[in-house]
Amino acid sequence: MSDIKYDVAIVGAGPAGLSAAIVLAKAGVNVIVVERGRFPGAKNVMGGVFYTDCMKGIVEEFPNGAPVERHIIEQRMWMIDDESYVGFGHKNAKFDKEPYNCHTVLRAQFDKWLAKQATDAGALIVNKTVVTEPIMEDGKVVGIKTGRPEGDIKANCVIVADGVNSLMAKSLGFRAKLKKESVALAVKEIIGLDEKVINDRFNVTGSQGVTIEMTGSLFKGAEAMAFLYTNKKSVSLGVGMIIEDMMKHNINPNELIESLKKHPAISPLIAGGETKEYLAHMIPEGGYNDMPQLVGDGVMITGDAATMVNAVHREGSNLAITSGKLAAQTYLEAAEEGDFSSAALSSYIDKLQESFVMSDLKKYKALPKLLQKNRQLLDKYPKLMNDAAFELLTVDGISKQEKQKHIWKNMKQQIGFTNMLKDLYKIWRSVG
Amino acid sequence: MRLEDKLYLIGFKVDEVGGSHLAIKDKSVCLACEMKQCLYICPCGVYEIDEIKNEVSINYDACVECGTCRVSCDEIDWHYPRGGFGVAYKFG
Repeated sequence: MSDIKYDVAIVGAGPAGLSAAIVLAKAGVNVIVVERGRFPGAKNVMGGVFYTDCMKGIVEEFPNGAPVERHIIEQRMWMIDDESYVGFGHKNAKFDKEPYNCHTVLRAQFDKWLAKQATDAGALIVNKTVVTEPIMEDGKVVGIKTGRPEGDIKANCVIVADGVNSLMAKSLGFRAKLKKESVALAVKEIIGLDEKVINDRFNVTGSQGVTIEMTGSLFKGAEAMAFLYTNKKSVSLGVGMIIEDMMKHNINPNELIESLKKHPAISPLIAGGETKEYLAHMIPEGGYNDMPQLVGDGVMITGDAATMVNAVHREGSNLAITSGKLAAQTYLEAAEEGDFSSAALSSYIDKLQESFVMSDLKKYKALPKLLQKNRQLLDKYPKLMNDAAFELLTVDGISKQEKQKHIWKNMKQQIGFTNMLKDLYKIWRSVG
Repeated sequence: MRLEDKLYLIGFKVDEVGGSHLAIKDKSVCLACEMKQCLYICPCGVYEIDEIKNEVSINYDACVECGTCRVSCDEIDWHYPRGGFGVAYKFG
């Protein structure tokens, strides 16, 4: 590998790296993608919802030929407590019309397919190869070192897309260490179920699917975020928690997902299912304020490696794909002048600013900190809602007025009226 | 479902030659560590107490490379496995 110089070297064959590779290869750029897994997707995990719109300009007529599972026509949101939930949902026939808004996907298959699109376009993908560090010359990134003998790869520009742990961003000195208060661990199981059983249980037909997002406390009083997504012949059931909270509450991730599987709202939905795979992955939830330096001389950072996750809307892969695309476009412009300095590449940041990526990350930038400092928002409120719903809906001879009084009293005791107003204001400030 | 049975479902290629990609920088720190979060926070139970040696042992062959240990403890010397080794998910 050492004798050839590439135009662009990409670290990591996930959505960000592959979308960059596709755009560059289509433009005739000599691009190499280095992936440490046995195949692209081998190490990649997400909940499973992939949004269609971001594929514009990358893969035409998506999702034709792509390994997607079900298109989502109903999204449920539940505030859960130990043995109950209060929820609402949105099912819309408009979501049942092409182009579909989003699909569930399984990343081992999906990323392999996306990689095929990149190689078809002319990119070279090298698997089973770890990138160890950047090659620096006069303070500029001029390539990457790999774990292979004579494995140095020289390039005009390096696109870093090595995911949440991004040892590249660390080795470039672009980011401080990951913070336990803003990174979540999610564990997931793929639970095999008969297609017909899934259709009956979720009230769908054909390739229609349903997602359920859950927030609240279901184990040891710690605030968790959980999800259940329907695939064709399986469901993806997962639960995530901020690592600092796991430490505070002595949470074992396997016990956490086992307790979710036993939750009375979940267990009937997965009954009779067989676990096919157990997975774990971190999610960078720190948002805008946790973003690393995005550009240096000869280098750009994309996707999870750049903390591009919108946790509120469970979006990540679409931000990754978009950032990869914008990094590729930035390279193409820079190549016209032959200037890959950080000043030239800084238009990558401008492009991110103009897109939904930075706009959404900025919109919710105060939220991670707010939730860190105000755990009651995700813990006490779901519990209060569940208690209130139970009380109001139980007919036991007590008047509705009495019940309402009692609910208010309970809320005031748990949180306090002024605090409730403050919380409302804080949420409005953060997401409004 | 027991963790052992779940780990059995995951595709691994263990690097017998290269050995562990995980290490503890200073094992004496573990003895004084009160929280010992590595013992419960790892989703795959990679870290265990070795009663005989009286130290934390690392079952690197069960590691899915999530990185939770390195975020929760500064003493973990965390690397990726060599290229092609480690976890390879079937579904993802």
